[in-house]
Amino acid sequence: MYPYIPHTDKDVEEMLKKLGLNDIEQLFDDIPKDVKLNRELNIPKAKSELEVRNRLIELANKNCSLSKVTSFLGAGAYEHYIPSVVNHIISRSEFYTAYTPYQPEISQGTLQYIFEFQTLISELTGMDVANASLYDGGTAVVEAALMACAYSKRENIIISKTVKPDARKILKTYAHAQSLNVIEVGIDDGITDLNELSNLVDENTAAVIVQSPNFFGIIEDLEKVSEITHKVKKTTVVASVDPISLGILKRPGDLGVDVAVGEGQSLGIPLSFGGPYLGFMAAKKEYIRKMPGRIVGQTEDLDGKRSFVLTLTAREQHIRREKATSNICSNQGLNSLAATVYIVTLGKKGIKEVALKSTQMAHYAFDELTKSGKLKSLFNKPFFIEFALKADKTTEEINQKLLENGIIGGFDLSKEYPQYENSSLYAVTEVKRKDDVDKLKSVLEGIL
Amino acid sequence: MRNYDKLIFEISKPGRVAYKLPELDIEEKQIEDMIPKEFLSDKELNLPEVSEVDVIRHYTNISNKNYGVDTGFYPLGSCTMKYNPKINEDMAGLDGFVNLHPYQPQSCVQGSLELMYELQNYLCEISGMDQITLQPAAGAHGELTGVMLIKAYHESRNDKKRNKIIVPDSAHGTNPATAAMAGYDIIEIKSTKEGLVDLEQLREAVGEDTAGLMLTNPNTLGIFDRGIKEIAKIVHDAGGLLYYDGANANAILGYARPGDMGFDVVHFNLHKTFSTPHGGGGPGSGPVGVKKDLVPFLPVPIVKKDNGQFYLDYDYPQSIGKMKDFYGHFGMLVRAYAYILSMGSDGLKKASQMAVLNSNYLKEHLKEDYYLPIETIYKHEFVLGGLKDPLSDVITLDIAKRLLDYGYHPPTVYFPLIINEALMIEPTETESKETLDEFIEAMKKIAKEAKENPELLKTAPHNTVVRRPNEVKAARDIIVKYEG
Repeated sequence: MYPYIPHTDKDVEEMLKKLGLNDIEQLFDDIPKDVKLNRELNIPKAKSELEVRNRLIELANKNCSLSKVTSFLGAGAYEHYIPSVVNHIISRSEFYTAYTPYQPEISQGTLQYIFEFQTLISELTGMDVANASLYDGGTAVVEAALMACAYSKRENIIISKTVKPDARKILKTYAHAQSLNVIEVGIDDGITDLNELSNLVDENTAAVIVQSPNFFGIIEDLEKVSEITHKVKKTTVVASVDPISLGILKRPGDLGVDVAVGEGQSLGIPLSFGGPYLGFMAAKKEYIRKMPGRIVGQTEDLDGKRSFVLTLTAREQHIRREKATSNICSNQGLNSLAATVYIVTLGKKGIKEVALKSTQMAHYAFDELTKSGKLKSLFNKPFFIEFALKADKTTEEINQKLLENGIIGGFDLSKEYPQYENSSLYAVTEVKRKDDVDKLKSVLEGIL
Repeated sequence: MRNYDKLIFEISKPGRVAYKLPELDIEEKQIEDMIPKEFLSDKELNLPEVSEVDVIRHYTNISNKNYGVDTGFYPLGSCTMKYNPKINEDMAGLDGFVNLHPYQPQSCVQGSLELMYELQNYLCEISGMDQITLQPAAGAHGELTGVMLIKAYHESRNDKKRNKIIVPDSAHGTNPATAAMAGYDIIEIKSTKEGLVDLEQLREAVGEDTAGLMLTNPNTLGIFDRGIKEIAKIVHDAGGLLYYDGANANAILGYARPGDMGFDVVHFNLHKTFSTPHGGGGPGSGPVGVKKDLVPFLPVPIVKKDNGQFYLDYDYPQSIGKMKDFYGHFGMLVRAYAYILSMGSDGLKKASQMAVLNSNYLKEHLKEDYYLPIETIYKHEFVLGGLKDPLSDVITLDIAKRLLDYGYHPPTVYFPLIINEALMIEPTETESKETLDEFIEAMKKIAKEAKENPELLKTAPHNTVVRRPNEVKAARDIIVKYEG
């Protein structure tokens, strides 16, 4: 017997009888012999829950969890404190065992939180409309690029090399398939080279994509980027932003940006070895009919009662098939709920406080680590919660020694940017204390 | 239960908080000394101010307006709404999995890599393919990955004239949308009366410009296409490749493998076949498997094992590149892995048996009152074409809405497009005979009501928190955020 299969032998017998059959195998007679598998699958036999639990615990224990070591990794995935309420709400099975809200009468819970999510993301980014989520920050950048191409009917996508490397790689994969052109803009002291950008933007440009804070943690001048880009009409400025940074930084919508996307993992979603995270997209209203994915709208029911439904579905694959704005169907549903609960729980004061406290800790760490002069700042530009430092030794060597002391060092920048050898990207958020930074400093000084 | 109808913004009150963060234990600087004023916002964000109790009550109350698999029977065709085992959730929540940064040194993440490695191997065995990538985020994303792999294969052979993907008219909307996103033109071929691929049409459609064919088997009607070997031969002979959409894999676990049917690329939906939750729309997970000719093009990285150590292999010079950030939806992989261990080879086969039995049992009963366009052995799902009574003006939408009154999530409606008034019913193996019998009784009552009191159906639902929200109004007077 299997706990998730309720059929007794008697049930099976009765059900087969209704079908005029006497053997379950007869239900598979339609599979031709030459494609039928005539052996058992070569995977282990069913295990009890206790055995499964023990095996998974054994595997989990082979990892070194960040609750046992101190990590300064960021590079697109960040440690922020997740209030207990988040997990409690997303663990309600009314939410997590439902699917896409096709039947609004019994999906108002899902539809309402998506409406709230859209409102919160629109407010954070300063945009008119947000969708109900995309897979992650990287694919959100790509969807924005494709939307800009559809919007302008152009094929050139300009992206800054300060945008996180994974996003640029995914963009190249997708662009290749559609024969779109990706043009990368160089780096000038840790930010997008604006002179080069100005020379590149022309009437074939569909989108200019930047990230702020960028991959190096540095705040880009989105206003200037917008100004340069908008010299050509119908060219879309896409900014990938850290939603937490919007607790203190100017919003992309207030700086001339047309489409804001980003990784929402910072909003109450655990690191979980890289996923599932949360891509978000918000835009100026003129993009609404070109947006990918689900959008929830408010309406009224037969009795005039406020209710919520999936709307503008004529953009989507199940209606428009090959003419859809994207093929996305399943999205990050439950993670958009986590983000909603996180933003609401932190609220007006809290998002700002997380941003401020993270900034304070990161800048304290920067000041302390650069004091002795053994580590030098790679760039000389204002940063948010992440900064790049250069040493006389390789990051690999430094990180190995740090690990022996229970510390996970910064991201090795030379892996993605060979020109930045011996350089690490350190992320520090509100979950770190003075002791964590001071320990990092003293171990590093012993190494260098 | 009281009728709660507030948005979180409407219960906000200035001064309330639902969190407390530790005080900084360092000397604070002025914000302007860290970040130049020009970058700093001078506006207050208009976000809610609520207490923790407010947050919990609000979301608990709106959760009560939802229907999930844990609430009751959810026979949404093509979506495989099986029960989501609780152990899976607990395991995905283990500290060693949750608090793990994707860029930690590989020596620190051996447990995760081992799990991924084993899952890759299990999925290879279940699908009959040679290598799996766990990277795709969802079914449609798996499709896109797979079609890009097909493209890379043809390009590597300098075979550049192949610019068309063939899709049957019964296909899920994501298939043509995916092919278009991968830069292909689409040729749609009509199905036979039995819902199968029309071999003559296929023969006519294939040619030097055929990149591939996207197919599910069993197909969208729930019928196993016996002609699959011939279909594969026609496409392969023309130089094209075959893509298997794994949406319907729950019907054939341990019975037939796409790899043995002649498919070159396969995706699975872990949130369908392998019990990971649907999450109100996601996150899903869509691993892709390929035959050895396509292995060089897989997105990087792939998990490998060498000398007892697991590692992320980026050494695929012909790779299509990356499809998403990091390595895939790891949290979903943990759940699917736990499910495969729990079920084992025997349990997976049993799952398909009972899924198919449940589907045929329902079909056999329901065809007494509803129109069954095709009489055959079905696999995990089947499609009805509205009421049997041709004179009734009660449409499928009315039946679906009346089912809400009886406490059920309706089947998928108006899909596939090739059946008029389609009701696509997939019970899954986790439903008991009693549940099915009760559903049959409800469906029979509805058929009777359609005769005796059609108005009752036309005005249904009657017992839900809202009734037929106006979708036309939503699309016309666009309100997509709260504006106070």
